[in-house]
Formats: sequence, structure tokens, C-alpha cells
Amino acid sequence: MAIEAEAHNHWSPLLGRLWLDAIPQEPIVLATFVVVMLGGAALVAGLTYFKLWGYLWKEWFTSVDHKKIGIMYMILGLVMFLRGFADAIMMRAQQAMAFNGNDGYLNAHHYDQVFTAHGVIMIFFVAMPFVTGLMNYIVPLQIGARDVSFPFLNNFSFWMTTAGAVLTMMSLFVGEFAQTGWLAYPPLSNLAYSPWVGVDYYIWSLQIAGVGTLLSGVNLVCTIVKMRAPGMTMMRMPVFTWTSLCTNILIVAAFPVLTAVMTMLTVDRYLGFNFFSNDFGGSPMMYVNLIWIWGHPEVYILILPLFGVFSEVVSTFSGKRLFGYSSMVYATLVITILSYLVWLHHFFTMGSGASVNSFFGITTMVISIPTGAKLFNWLFTMYRGRIRYELPMMWTVAFMLTFTVGGMTGVLLAVPPADFVLHNSLFLIAHFHNVIIGGVLFGIFAAINFWWPKAFGFKLNQFWGKVSFWLWVPGFWFAFMPLYILGLMGVTRRMRVFDDPSIQIWFVIAAFGAVMIAGGIGAMLVQFAVSIWKREELKDETGDPWNGRTLEWSTSSPPPEYNFAFTPLVHDLDAWDDMKRCGVQRPTSGFRPIHMPSGTGTGLILAGLSTSLGFAMIWYIWWLAAVSFAGIIGYAIFHTFNYKRDYHIPVETVEATEAERTRQLAAAGA
Amino acid sequence: MQPPESRLNPPGRRFGPFRNRAMRVVGALGLTAALSACNTLVLKPSGDVAQQQGDLVVVATLLMLLIVVPVMLAVVIFAWRYRANNKDAKYEPDWDHSTQLELMIWAAPLLIIICLGAVTWTSTHLLDPYRTIGRIDAQTQVSQDAKPLEVEVVALDWKWLFIYPEQGVATVNELVVPSGRPLNFKITSANVMNSFYVPAMAGQIYAMPGMETRLHAVMNSNVESVGFSANYSGAGFTHMRFKMRSVSDADFAKWVGDVKTTGTKPQPAGDVIAAEAFTGVPAKQMGGTLDRAAYLELEKPTQKVPAIRFANVDPKLYDAVVNMCVQPGKMCMSEMMALDARGGMGKAGIRNVQMLSYDKDGRDSAVAESANPSDAVKRELAWVRALCEQMPGQVRDGSVKAPSDLRSLNGAGIPAPQSIGFGGEDAPALPAKPAHISLNSRN
Repeated sequence: MAIEAEAHNHWSPLLGRLWLDAIPQEPIVLATFVVVMLGGAALVAGLTYFKLWGYLWKEWFTSVDHKKIGIMYMILGLVMFLRGFADAIMMRAQQAMAFNGNDGYLNAHHYDQVFTAHGVIMIFFVAMPFVTGLMNYIVPLQIGARDVSFPFLNNFSFWMTTAGAVLTMMSLFVGEFAQTGWLAYPPLSNLAYSPWVGVDYYIWSLQIAGVGTLLSGVNLVCTIVKMRAPGMTMMRMPVFTWTSLCTNILIVAAFPVLTAVMTMLTVDRYLGFNFFSNDFGGSPMMYVNLIWIWGHPEVYILILPLFGVFSEVVSTFSGKRLFGYSSMVYATLVITILSYLVWLHHFFTMGSGASVNSFFGITTMVISIPTGAKLFNWLFTMYRGRIRYELPMMWTVAFMLTFTVGGMTGVLLAVPPADFVLHNSLFLIAHFHNVIIGGVLFGIFAAINFWWPKAFGFKLNQFWGKVSFWLWVPGFWFAFMPLYILGLMGVTRRMRVFDDPSIQIWFVIAAFGAVMIAGGIGAMLVQFAVSIWKREELKDETGDPWNGRTLEWSTSSPPPEYNFAFTPLVHDLDAWDDMKRCGVQRPTSGFRPIHMPSGTGTGLILAGLSTSLGFAMIWYIWWLAAVSFAGIIGYAIFHTFNYKRDYHIPVETVEATEAERTRQLAAAGA
Repeated sequence: MQPPESRLNPPGRRFGPFRNRAMRVVGALGLTAALSACNTLVLKPSGDVAQQQGDLVVVATLLMLLIVVPVMLAVVIFAWRYRANNKDAKYEPDWDHSTQLELMIWAAPLLIIICLGAVTWTSTHLLDPYRTIGRIDAQTQVSQDAKPLEVEVVALDWKWLFIYPEQGVATVNELVVPSGRPLNFKITSANVMNSFYVPAMAGQIYAMPGMETRLHAVMNSNVESVGFSANYSGAGFTHMRFKMRSVSDADFAKWVGDVKTTGTKPQPAGDVIAAEAFTGVPAKQMGGTLDRAAYLELEKPTQKVPAIRFANVDPKLYDAVVNMCVQPGKMCMSEMMALDARGGMGKAGIRNVQMLSYDKDGRDSAVAESANPSDAVKRELAWVRALCEQMPGQVRDGSVKAPSDLRSLNGAGIPAPQSIGFGGEDAPALPAKPAHISLNSRN
């Protein structure tokens, strides 16, 4: 083994590689560990004291209700976002101080894990759960369905994603995370150069979470294709549903590539194969190609649903039909297809021929045409509208301004000779944060503010929302504009210390921006807390607080378990707006029992066993791996004998719920 | 006399009046104010290739600002004008389609992208790092008989090795080149991926193990600058930087002479890395002749490595590095490929496995595993070598020749630019025998 491994060459049949040296030595990690343990203990004690375990298990963990699963995805995303941001602020602090011979406060082993974990967590365990959670919650409501196509699969997908996140978090306190960068290019990620558990944590986290993502993609594609309300033709689907459909098609097509490439890396590391090693014709460049064939569609998987969110928000708050619905749909489809033809732009600098580079550069630029068309469509939706500046709309305008800059720098990086001087520089870092924060994250904030009243029955506090907004948006510009400039000064990414003192000021400004963002995040948490505290004042009884246009606003807030007592009939694009105009009356009688899926703990148990399998494989605890694997197969077979899969909500319950809704609407004066 | 390529890159200034006007527009937008306050090396480099790449950044930005600025202005104006409490503004809740506008919103970005695409296609070919240098600067063409300076670059953990084959010297973390002379870099890596980047000189290109990449560049003034790895490569990455100097021809000759004398003595060679932590233990001093044994010592992971000079260098060393057979007892990749091209060896080939393993055992394998091959291994190797005549060094040249007639780049009245595309007339015919197998990363 390599010298790096000499400290970790312990192996025993019982514990595998796991030994006392797995406890990290870095004081920062130890302190975090203690805090997390105390916090965790307090949480467990609190839940036990208030006897909440039964409630959580019955109503949430084992629920197959798409709305609850959606909310759990959002909570997962939020928790992991705090972890990912902690990594970010550690990096900003390190880079702001590591000048003039100062080595900073992070050693290479720690710092290299921090930037790897930041990328992995933000993409896989923040952006993905947020996006999947939104789609889970909104899509069935928007298409007038009672749940997704495969409710149990949905629960299982969520827990598999969570299992991946749990493994990633575990690496902080048991062993180490990868020190390879978020895409783990070999040969660096091969056993020879990353001998301990870091890359194995990476592989197994992504593999397990990837199962969840792929299955939830299958589920939502089926749901959108098969479960739309009568009358909702493809070209009457809300734009958010359209973008969700395209995103899930991308997931179904792209994630198997990730699974395959991770499997190849796994057999390289575990069984001495040579797919990506330097030996026997192994090709590290093949890994780079494969991972980006997944990786580029992945960024569109993240951004497309948020394009849908912005479409809904702009049209709702402008009080107008969306401008150019058809061209919006076609733009989405074009982006979906083109996203598969651009992957090589991530490595122009690996020596492809000029014609190959030009091809991929130009296809990349071509994507900016449908994206630009979308921006124009939002712009002309605002034109001759009556724009109400509620929080979702504020985030949307911030997005339109920020994302345009990010798009522009993206096209710039698509010009291969320009990329030769900017590749891997801080300019690149600034670019993709500009589109991911300015696009995905701002979109998620817009969506949270927009649909929160639907999910919980009360609006979010506006004051703290505005505080958060005004800290986030300028904070973003402070944090990333210096990085653009540093990129033009030839400063590369993933540096731990610097020798040119003249550039320190830019890192200090960036760190200041990061602190502002921290304030923005804090204000957002306060906003949630204050809103929950004052939920009676912020209560929305109508179920339609924004004068919405799509079907989810036609039902109560929060919607009943069955979403719609009667499946709505759709006659126009903005179905709810159309129903309001035509004065369609809500049915108040003639209810029938409603057929619903039952909850099950199988998803949670299978995901728990998968976590155990991943952990065992990471630490070479072969017996536990075998037991866990047998357990997964066995329990899955056992589950097939569970025939209690559905039940009927009795007509009395439906009648009572709907009568309550009638009272609510009357009280609200609707 | 104006060079024939004047229409594409007019003389006077690099990118000429266009850039001049361009700069004014940027200034008007307040960008230059911010950028000139700091040393934006990428936009103001000292090498012609980097300068053209930097200019392209500016040109592409300006092209896009043509549409980005109006859009952003429109966002602000519409967002303000159509706010809910401005009752003067028109309100048309059902207006959702306009064919003219739709045409405009698809056509306007399309036009910009057509322009940018054209710029991309030409510039990507002209600034292909594999293409030999056609001009020293906007005014000066490279003369037909100019001999480029060859430098062989090896990325090591975590330092850069530069071999000057013509001069027969080698340095670590010190790159000195003559100004005004075409530079021809051959780049590889010892074990993991790095990216060779000197921002003042030219854009980067990856350094990858078992593969060779190319970079052609020129320096136009005498400067001191830095180079580094632009791709994260492990624990010592942050210190993987080197000083880069461009000097006059006379000073370059003097510097080579200097290396020849000072390079004979042992010099400090940075810190050893052991067991996860940087120990700060100084590495064994290096100097003298860079032969295979010295290279294997140098290849060990070290960081914060100062400049090291070698007065002599084994002329076959670089090829052995590319073919991953510096260690005694290892079979070269070229030999393996030659074997495979002849149909392999069937079951008997199993005997080669040990000779072909390179990075199975990590960064320090270089010395530990097979520094002293057993007699059996040596016999095997001799036997394999006897089977094929392939020798390292017979690798096909992957570079693209710059066109001798630059008028072809204007496209005016000339059929197809013969220099654009895969090789064209310059590409050597593939050999009939598998004796020349390319290790270039491009495929």
C-alpha cells in the first residue's frame, strides 16, 4: 500500500478496516462531532419526551402520500444545505486568510475533503432533494391526480436518497470523505492514489442515492404521462409539469450512466479491474467522458423544473397568461435533447481535436437560444401585466437579472480558446455558482414562498422573507463577482494557500459576501420559525392565496389526503383560472369512497439495510455486507407478500372533510 | 508590408481597431474600471497565443452584451413599469401570443450565436494547442526555417519537470524560454491528471499519464511570471507552482550554460510527504545527471519543491515516462501495443502482468516494488522485447502544422481552407505496420 495508507492498514474480520484511527484527529471535526452528538441526543430526547416517534413513524416515515414525501425531501434538502454551506464558509475563510506564509487553519487533508464534500452535497443532497421534493409535491396536484403512479416506490426513493446523505454525513465522523474533487477523476480516485475510505464513501453514497433518484424519475414520468386529469392534453399541461416531465426523462436517461461509471470505478477499486487505471489499457479519459455524459444533463435536471417554477410565478403574479406557452414547451424540449450533445465542453483542454472542440462549443452555444427564448417569454409575460411584488416574484426578478449574467459567462466558456485560459479557474467557479445559485437556488426560494401556503395553510412572513432576499442577492454578488475577476487574473480553483498577497483583498470581499449569505440563510430560518409561530395571523382559508392559475390552487390548503374529491375536468391551459372565470361550482354532494394506497415501512427498512450494506463495503466488513445484502433481497421478497396495500377512505370522512372546506370558503368570503 | 492575414487580425494592435473600439464600449459599461484596477493577466498576457485567447474573451463578451444589456434593461424597465400600483400602464391579461415577437425572440439569440459560432470555429482551429505557431505576433510570421524550442514537460507529485532535449539539460519548477521563438511543448504526467498552465504564455492543456498532449506557444516580451497545475491532483497540489521566465536568445544560451555548471551539484528538493501529513522532512538532495534512477527518486511525492537543475539528462527518459516504463523491469506501453497489434500473445501473455502494472501500489510504488527486478523478470522482459522491434521514441507526431500560406485563413477567393480539418495534407499517412502507435490523447 501507499505511504498514505500506512496509518490505516488495520483489518480484522469483525470490523474490517474500521478501527480507532477512523476517528478524525482534526479539532474542528471533533468539535463538530461533539456538537452534532449533543444536538442529536437533544432531538431524540425531545421526540421521546413528547411521544412523537409513533406519530412520525405512522404519519411521515411510512407514508406514501406524495405531499408528505415531498415535504420530507425539502427538509432533507434544507438540512444538507446547512452542512454544504458550512463547508462553503470554511473554504471562503481558509482562502481569505492563507496568504503571506500563513497556512490557514485547514490542512490539505481536511481542506481537500471540504471542497469535495461541498460539491457532492450541494448537487446530490441539496439541489436534487429540493427539486425532487418540489416535483413530488406539485406535479400530482397540478395534473389533478390523487398520488403518483407508484406511491410505495416514491417512499422507497426518498429513503434511498436519505441513505446516501446519511453515508456522506457519516464520513465526517467515521473515517474521511474523498479528497478528489466532486467528480472524483481517476487515476486520483483509484485505489493507488486514494487508498483509504474517502472515495468509497463517495461511491456508495452516490450509488445508493442514485437508486432513489432513478426510481423517482421513473415514477414521475409515469405519473405525468398516465395520470393527468381528463381534458388535460399534453399542450394543456402547466409549464412546471412540462419541465418536470423533461427533467425526469433526463433522469431516467442519464442516471444509469452514473450508476455504470460508479460500478466500473467500484470494481477498479475493489476487484483490481483496470477500466480507469493507468495499467493494461485502462483509460482515465473514458471516466471523464462517461461522468460528464451524466453530468451535463444533470445540470439541466436541476435547472429545468425551476424554469417551470419561474413560469408559474411570473404568470401568476403578473396576472396574465404565460406569453408563448408553445414556444416555452418547445424550448424545454430542445434543451432536453441538446443537453446530451455538449458534455465534452467540460474538458476541451484534454487534447481533443479542433473540430471536435468546435462542435461541442457550438452545440453548447445553441442551448443558449432556447434558454434565451424562455427569458424573453417571461419578460413578455411581465409586459402589460399587473405585477404584484410578493416574495416569489422578487426572487424571480432577481433570477432573471442574475441568471442572464451566468448564462453569458457560460457561453463565453463554451468558446474553446477562451476556455483554454479560463478552464478550472475561479471564473468557472463563479460561472456555475452564478447559474446554480442564481437559477436553481433562487428558484427554490421562489417555489418555497409560492407553495408554502398550499402545503401548510398559511403564508410565510414577508418581513423576514425580504430580509433574507436583500441579504442573499447582494451577498451572492459580493461572493462571486470577485471570483470572476480572480479568474481573469489567472487564479485556479481548489487552491489552499496563495503566494501573491495582492489578490487577498478579492478573497476577503468574497468571504464578506459569504457572510451576507449566511445572514440570508439565518433570516430564512427565522422566517420559517416566525411564520409557524404566527400561523394564525398568516392563515389562508381560500386555498388560493395568490389568485393562482393551475389546479393545485383549486383544492384546500393543505390539500386533503386524497387531493381532489372529484377528479377535475380540464378545458383550458390555465385550468383553475378558466374554472374561476367560468364560475364552475365546487361539488358539495355525491361523494364516493376514495381508493388510496396504504403506508408501509418497507422503504425505510430497505434503505436502512442499504446504508448498512454501503457502510460494510466502505469498511471492508464483508460479513455485514453479505448479511445486509441478503436482508435487502429477503425483505423485498417478504414485502411482495404484503397484500394490505390499499384502503378506501369512507364516504363519511370525505363528506366531513369537504363540508369543513365549504365552511372555510364561506368564512373566507369566497 | 502587411502580412497576408491582415483581414483576420489587422496589424497595429492585436485585434486592431476592433479591440480598440471594443475596449471603449467595455469602458463605457464600467467593466474596465474594475478590471484595470487589478492585474488581469488573462486579458493582458505576454504571449501571442494567450493574447489572442484573451482577446477572444473580450470579443465574445461584447457580442453577447449586444443582447444581454437590452434584455437586462428590459427586465428592469418592465418590472418597474408594470408594477401593480402603476395604474397608468396597460393591462392585457389575455395577451399571450405575438408571432412577430416570437420570431424576434428566437431569431435575435440565433443571430448572435451564428456570429459567435463562426468566431468559435475559426478561432478554435487557429488556436488549437496542437497547431504549430504560424506567427510570432500580428506583424511577424514565423519563418519557414525557424526551429522551435522543444520542451518536454512531466507533471510529478507535486512539481513540474522540464526537459530540454536539444540542450541536454533538465530543471524542476523552473521554466526559462527565449522570447520570440516558437515553443513546442510535449506534456505528460507521471501518475495522475494535472493541467499545464502558464497564463502569461498560452492556454492550458492537461497533463495525463500514459498520454502525451501538445502545446505550441511563443513569448513576445521578456517577463517573469508563474505557471501551475490547473487541475487538482492531490495533497500537495496547492504548491505545484513554478517560476517562468522569458529571456533574450543570448540570455537563454547563458542560462543553459549556467544550468550546465550549477546543475552538477546536489540541491535541496522540497519536503517529503509521509503518512497523510506533511512532515517537513527535507527530501534527498538532487542534481547532476537526470537518469532513470534519479528520476525514480524525483518521482517520489514531495511538496514545496524549489527549482532544481540537472546538468545532464538521459535523452530517452521522456519517452520512457510517456510509455510508463522508467522502472527497470517494466514493459513499455508502446511495446505492449505493438504486441497487441500483432494479435497479442494468448495465454502466454499472462506472464506480462507484473511488468505492466504501474500504479497498482500507489504513489511510492515507483521505487518500492520493482526497483530491483529479479533475474526471472529481466529474462521475461528480454524475451518480450525480442518479439517486437518497437522502441520508445517512434511515436507519431500529433501536432497540426500551421498553414504555410496564411491567406487561406481569410477564405477570400480560395476554395476550402486546406489547413482546417483533420490533418489534411500535413497528416502523415498511417503506417502499414503497427510500429508507430500514437500515445496522443486525441482520438
